[in-house]
Amino acid sequence: MEMKDTRSGFGAGLTELGRKNPDVVALCADLTGSLKMNDFQDENPERFFQIGIAEANMIGIAAGMTIGGKIPFTGTFANFSTSRVYDQIRQSVAYSGKNVKICASHAGITLGEDGATHQVLEDIGMMKMLPHMVVINTCDYNQTKAATIAIADYIGPVYLRFGRPKVPNFTSSDQKFEIGKALHLKEGNDVTIFATGHLVWEALEAAKTLESEGISAEVINLHTIKPLDNDAILKAVANTKCVVTAEEHMLNGGLGDSIAQLLSRKNPTPIEMVGMDDCFGESGPPMKLMEKYGIDRNAIVDSAKKVITRK
Amino acid sequence: MPNITKLNNLVKQIRRDIVRMVHANSSGHPGGSLGCTEYLTALYFDVMNHNTDFIMDAKGEDVFFLSNGHISPVFYSVLARCGYFDVAELATFRKLDSRLQGHPTTHEGLEGIRMASGSLGQGLSNAIGAALTKKLNNDDSIVYTLHGDGELQEGQCWEAFMYASGKNVDNLIATIDYNKKQIDGSLDDVLPLGNLTAKLEAFDWLVLEEKEGNNLEAIIKTLNKAKELSGQGKPVAIILHTEMGNGVDYMMGTHKWHGSAPNDEQLLNALSQNPETLGDY
Repeated sequence: MEMKDTRSGFGAGLTELGRKNPDVVALCADLTGSLKMNDFQDENPERFFQIGIAEANMIGIAAGMTIGGKIPFTGTFANFSTSRVYDQIRQSVAYSGKNVKICASHAGITLGEDGATHQVLEDIGMMKMLPHMVVINTCDYNQTKAATIAIADYIGPVYLRFGRPKVPNFTSSDQKFEIGKALHLKEGNDVTIFATGHLVWEALEAAKTLESEGISAEVINLHTIKPLDNDAILKAVANTKCVVTAEEHMLNGGLGDSIAQLLSRKNPTPIEMVGMDDCFGESGPPMKLMEKYGIDRNAIVDSAKKVITRK
Repeated sequence: MPNITKLNNLVKQIRRDIVRMVHANSSGHPGGSLGCTEYLTALYFDVMNHNTDFIMDAKGEDVFFLSNGHISPVFYSVLARCGYFDVAELATFRKLDSRLQGHPTTHEGLEGIRMASGSLGQGLSNAIGAALTKKLNNDDSIVYTLHGDGELQEGQCWEAFMYASGKNVDNLIATIDYNKKQIDGSLDDVLPLGNLTAKLEAFDWLVLEEKEGNNLEAIIKTLNKAKELSGQGKPVAIILHTEMGNGVDYMMGTHKWHGSAPNDEQLLNALSQNPETLGDY
């Protein structure tokens, strides 16, 4: 399996957009290399804006640039893309209805050694609470590239979340990304695993382990947390009648939280959630951190076995 | 040459609009609104090249961002008196189902508003963005902004000041409403700005200071000078000395009318000082 980082998928998608859409502009807050925005910058110097370490200003400028028809893509770490600039996004982007794409790398605990100051695990929650904000968390390089290209055609604010480490690049290189459309990756009858971001691959690996133990697990990639694909979720649950959610995010406010809200209203169903349980991360190798904090394939397997007993 | 008599009549009518709008809700911000009435009148009725058939993208026209959104009464009145929307709509200010929200917003589709403001410190960044897009579009129009002096206590303003000069955003004219008052008291008591001219010059802006910020002719002259200085590699700031509450005697010389509405008696007093000129809404 080819290993590639999702942030490079963003960079590749942005480069392609630069070639085919003259209205796309890119802004960065001194993390051009980390966000893989160099190619766009080199090919379109007049459409690349180095803002410096001033994220609030970057979001405000991006909002202003939409007046006159530009499509701004901002790039910095997820922490500095959200919690640092929440009010700027809220007023200048979301409430003002501006066509800004907030592109956020190094999301979650797999940022690794830099530690908890940089490991934002609350960003999905913050962004999904903003009215009309689209929230996307892609799972691999190919999907991130496809999503980056797709969001330029959507008119309205978007939060696109991706990460730092190299992870398996398992989705198709010629996929067409559809905002809000769940992707069935594996059929199964005993339990449905809804995963997003880096946890999608972990869910597929967990399903293999479960299969070897005689448990048939369905795996669905929910790359879009908002708008949530309610129909796909309810349809899956009608069949398997129990759910595991998996995400590199706080349990509060994340994908699991959204699914639990939906199910409690429409079809109360046993649910177990894999994610960060109300604590900060720490420095360490990404995959070791996932293991320590119970956000990996083993945690999904354990949760699946547990939730099946609650049916 | 601007018709100063006509503009003065507008100023009187806009003052009436402001105090009536705020009185009708017992809420709003009359002090700063009155203090900036002459400035916004000069800008919209003489200096700016703008189109009242509102198009968000504003290609080929000057644009204005009100960063200190709490002085929405004067902004709404000026927009309505220009013809962006019917002056009768001023009666809906701050009421349920109104497009004239407490602070300006694009959310309700009100013509003339291009960005929500109210949470302070964001307008200069927004204006820089619009100015950069104008450059990309080969549009030589100018972007104007207005900021409270207390608002400059927000750090984002200084990020934006640094960026605009560092990146030669020279199609930008930012005016500071320098009334030296904010909601908790005098600027110097709350948090002094020190030497504002020196600070802005240190941030490499071209700085004009207008001591007569409630004098229409002086404002127009200074804005025209700022226009002349535009396009030369640097953004231009105008430090506009204004009187909070200008035109209503009991609101002047104090910070107390920053965010307080007049009662019935006080309204009549304010209106008597500013006779109707163009017809009340």
